[in-house]
Amino acid sequence: MNGVHDMGGMDGFGPVEPGADEPVFHHRWEGRVFAIRAALRPKDRVPGWGSFRYDLERIPPADYLRMSYYERWFAISLDRLLRSGLVTRTELETGRPEPGSPVEPLHPASPRRASAPGRLDIEVAPRFQPGDDVRARNLHPPGHTRLPRYARGKAGIVARDNGVYALQDTDEAGKALDRPPQHVYTVRFAARDLWGERASARDTVYVDLWEDHLEPA
Amino acid sequence: MAKSENGPAGAHGHGHEHHHDHQVVPDDIALRVRALESILVDKQMVDPAALDAVVDAYENRIGPRNGAQVVARAWADPAYKARLLDDGTAAIAEIGFGGTQGEHMVVVENTPEVHNLVVCTLCSCYPWPTLGLPPVWYKSNAYRARAVIEPRAVLREFGVEIADDVEVRVWDSTAEIRYLVLPERPPGTDGMTEEELAELVSRDAMIGVAFVPPPTGGRTP
Repeated sequence: MNGVHDMGGMDGFGPVEPGADEPVFHHRWEGRVFAIRAALRPKDRVPGWGSFRYDLERIPPADYLRMSYYERWFAISLDRLLRSGLVTRTELETGRPEPGSPVEPLHPASPRRASAPGRLDIEVAPRFQPGDDVRARNLHPPGHTRLPRYARGKAGIVARDNGVYALQDTDEAGKALDRPPQHVYTVRFAARDLWGERASARDTVYVDLWEDHLEPA
Repeated sequence: MAKSENGPAGAHGHGHEHHHDHQVVPDDIALRVRALESILVDKQMVDPAALDAVVDAYENRIGPRNGAQVVARAWADPAYKARLLDDGTAAIAEIGFGGTQGEHMVVVENTPEVHNLVVCTLCSCYPWPTLGLPPVWYKSNAYRARAVIEPRAVLREFGVEIADDVEVRVWDSTAEIRYLVLPERPPGTDGMTEEELAELVSRDAMIGVAFVPPPTGGRTP
């Protein structure tokens, strides 16, 4: 979706403010949100939960910009628990379990465990090879996509084949697109091709894109 | 971004927010999180000790000291460096790091010709096993927006000036690959042990927004 989360190249946010010696969690609640999210993550494949990323992206733009990272995580985690009925509004308001409300044990995944939709150990013929000229397709899907706006329609060169992954893009309802696993390539773009004269002629931007995001140039 | 830490807490977007909608209470979010955790614990859906263990892992064990060990090993051992640049995930696993958000690691090397900078414009993807959880600035709207269009200006805000004849290479973590920058080894470090080298390496240097400075003489306290 063409959401405000797709920030690459936007102006107006002011300077970056480096923080010295900042704690991992700035407030206790941030750590609790992170851990609750870790407990919910194994359920991401449950029907009806869908893409966490897409849920974050659908927070209305003004709210998204105002909220901190962990505020967004909390909003979506809470929303999922309420939607699935695992926690009810009454329970939150009274602070007491409702008789008969569903109980499902949630165990945080170990940080040692792989969590991301990982590289698949299957043979799929790659459409592109390192060195190939490619163009990022001019796609504007309403669902989740990993093709950032700034790269769409731009020509680049395949720098690396990262192996085969499931496509993470979704339809408008957050459901994974029915597409076969495919190669993910790192594509090198000349910064000038993306940003014109504003960029240095020497600089480059590397973007990781699925095969569905690319066409031959 | 840091200023918004205590900002309005509600996500209005999913139609579930009600009486908190237009009420800005600084610690409202803390109360709401506590209420949720409390009900999850009362329903015996989560074990608070399991949540404590997650927080403890990232506060005390999984952080940039891990990545610094990887960098120090690469500086000290050319064969390791070659393996690290060839297959980051496997070489990092040799030292014992891996797992969530480090499933597919690519290490990019700074040289006199190339300066690497890592960002995630769409989200805030970051290599957790080697760097821990990202700092606020990395997750900020300003960094996500600007790192790809004006990396040199962003670097200047970190006090890093890149010469015109050096290529700035920005890595946007849009898929499942996570990036770690291998900074240039500073002069004056010949003969230092891996442990001593690791002490020189900052988190920021492994994101690409800092250089590793030469040792100041004597150990840092």
